[in-house]
Amino acid sequence: MPRTRRKEAAAAPPGRVRRALGTHWYAWTMVAPVVLVIGVIIGYPLVRGLYLSLTDANEANVERNIGMNHIPATYEFTGLHNYTEILGGDVFWGRLGWTVVWTVACVGVTFAIGLALANLLNRTLRGRTFYRLALILPWAIPAFVSVFTWRLLYNEKNGLLNKLLAGGGIDAVPWLNDPTWAKLSVIAVNVWLGVPFMLVALLGGLQSIPGELYEAAEMDGANAWQRFRNITLPGLRGVSSTVILLSTIWTFNMFPVIYLLTRGGPGDATEILVTYAYRLSFVDSPRDFSGSAAWGVLILLLLSLIAVVYRRSLRKQGEVW
Amino acid sequence: MAKSLRDRRSPLASVGLHATLLVAAVVAVFPPLWLLVTSFKPKNDAFSTELVTHFTFANYRHVVADTQFLTWFGNSLLVVGVTTLVGVFVAATTGYAVSRFRFPGMRPLMWLLLITQMFPVAVLIVPLYNLMASLGLLNQPAGLIVTYLTIAVPFCAWMMKGFFDTIPVEIDEAGRVDGLNPFGTFWRLVLPLARPGLAVTGFYTFVTAWAEVAYASAFMTGEENLTLAGGLQTFVNQYVNDWGSMTAAAVIIAVPAGLVFAFAQRHLVAGLTSGTTKG
Repeated sequence: MPRTRRKEAAAAPPGRVRRALGTHWYAWTMVAPVVLVIGVIIGYPLVRGLYLSLTDANEANVERNIGMNHIPATYEFTGLHNYTEILGGDVFWGRLGWTVVWTVACVGVTFAIGLALANLLNRTLRGRTFYRLALILPWAIPAFVSVFTWRLLYNEKNGLLNKLLAGGGIDAVPWLNDPTWAKLSVIAVNVWLGVPFMLVALLGGLQSIPGELYEAAEMDGANAWQRFRNITLPGLRGVSSTVILLSTIWTFNMFPVIYLLTRGGPGDATEILVTYAYRLSFVDSPRDFSGSAAWGVLILLLLSLIAVVYRRSLRKQGEVW
Repeated sequence: MAKSLRDRRSPLASVGLHATLLVAAVVAVFPPLWLLVTSFKPKNDAFSTELVTHFTFANYRHVVADTQFLTWFGNSLLVVGVTTLVGVFVAATTGYAVSRFRFPGMRPLMWLLLITQMFPVAVLIVPLYNLMASLGLLNQPAGLIVTYLTIAVPFCAWMMKGFFDTIPVEIDEAGRVDGLNPFGTFWRLVLPLARPGLAVTGFYTFVTAWAEVAYASAFMTGEENLTLAGGLQTFVNQYVNDWGSMTAAAVIIAVPAGLVFAFAQRHLVAGLTSGTTKG
C-alpha cells in the first residue's frame, strides 16, 4: 500500500468504505471489466427481456425508424398474459418434452461412448497417440462446419449414407425429412460432436486414479468388471458429475446443431425450446418479441433449476465458495 | 516398466480392442475427410460416391475469387482475434483475483460467472438486438466482440482460477517482498507461469467465437458484413444448393481452427482437469 494512503487513513476517521477500498481495490480493479461487460450485455438485456415478456411487443408496434420518420413504440403492458398463453397451450409442453428427450439422450449416449473409449485408450497399446488424435478430431472443427458436412452425408436423394445403403439393397432413409429419423439424426450429430470433450475429460480423470489401487484389487482377485465398478467409477465421480452437468446445460441450449441441420423441421419435430424462441423473434413474421422473451424467461427458470443442482454437487465435492 | 496384469491380454482381446478403436476412429474422422475429398471434386460430382476422379481446385478458386468469402473471412478474423486477445486478458485478471484475494463480492461474482454460462441465447437476443441497434452497433464488429466476450469470459475465468490455484502462493509472496505491487506480481511472475492456462483459454475463446452462429446470424446482415458462420449458410439454403462452394469454404474455415487446436491440444487435458473438472 502506498505510504500516503496509509497516513491519510490514519488521520481521518477510518470510514468503512475507504478501508474496504484500501484493502480490496486491487481485486476489484481486476474483476471490474468482467462485471462491467456482464452488467451491460447481460444485466440490461435481462431486465429489458423480463419487461418485454410482460407486454405485447411485436414487429409492428415497437419503436422504429422508417426512412426519416421515427415511429414511437405503441405496445402495452399485458401482465402475465404471454405466460398464461404459453403454459396453457400444447406447443410449449411438446417442445419441452422433446428438449428433455434430446438432452437426456445426447448426454447419456455421449457419456457412455466417451467413458468406453476413455477406458480403452487408458491402456498400454500400440498406436495410442494416433487413436487419441483421431478421436478428438471432431472437436477441432467448428461445429457449424461439421453440421454442414453432415447435411451433405444425410442428403436424401444423393447423400453418401443413402448411396451406401442402396449398395446394400436398402431403401433410402429420409434422414432429415421424417420426424422420427430427423430426431435420431440430430441426436447422432450432437453425440458425434460431443464425444471428444467427454473423452478428454474422462481420460484425464482416469489418469489421476492411482495404479496401486488396481494392483491391490488384482491381488485380492477382483475381476475386470469388479475393478471397473469399485475403483474406476468412484474414482471418476468428481470429473463425471461436472462434465455431465456442463454438457446438460450446453445441450439444453444447443442452438447451431438444430438450427443449421433441420431448422427445427420437419414441421417442428426437432425444434427445442431455444430454437423455437429464436424462431419467434427472428424467423417467423411478424416477429413476436414479447412471446419470444417470455419463452426465454421460462427457459431461464428451467436452467436455474439445473444450476441449483450443479451448485449442490459442487458443494458436495468440497468447493468452498 | 513392468507391465501390470491388466495390461496383458489375450490376442483375441487385443484384436477386439483395436477393432473397436479403429471403428470409432473411422467414424470420428470420416465426415471431415469426406468434406475434404468432396471439395476437390468438380461441382457436379459433389454427390458421387467415388473418391476424386477429376481432381480440381475449381471450387476453391470460385469461392475465393467470385464470392464474398474473403470479406467474411476478414470479418471473422477481426472479430475473433480481438475477442480472443481481450477475452484471455480479462479472464486471466478475473481468475487471478478470485484465486488469490478474498474480497467482498467474490461469492456473488463466482455465482454470476456460473449463471451466465447457462443463459440461453433466446432470453438475451431480442433486447440485445435492440440495444445494439440503438447504439448503432448492428453490422459492426464491435457489437459481436462484446457479445462474444460475455459468452467466453465466464468459463475461461473459471479455468484460469483452476490454473492459478496450482501455482504456489509463495511466488506471489516473493514478488511482494521484492517490492512488486499485486499487478506487478501478476504480470511479471504469475502470468508467465500460467502460459498453458492462457493457451487453453485462448483456444477456447477462439473456437467459441469462430463457431458462433446465433448472434452472428442475427446481428450481421448484408453480404459484406457477414462472418463465416453466416456466409457459409448462403451457399446451401432453401434457394441455392452450391455444395461445391460450401465444401471448399468449409475446409478453409476449418483449417485455422484446426491449427489453433493442434497448438493447444497438448495442454487441453491438463487445462480441463485442473480447471473445470477440478474436484
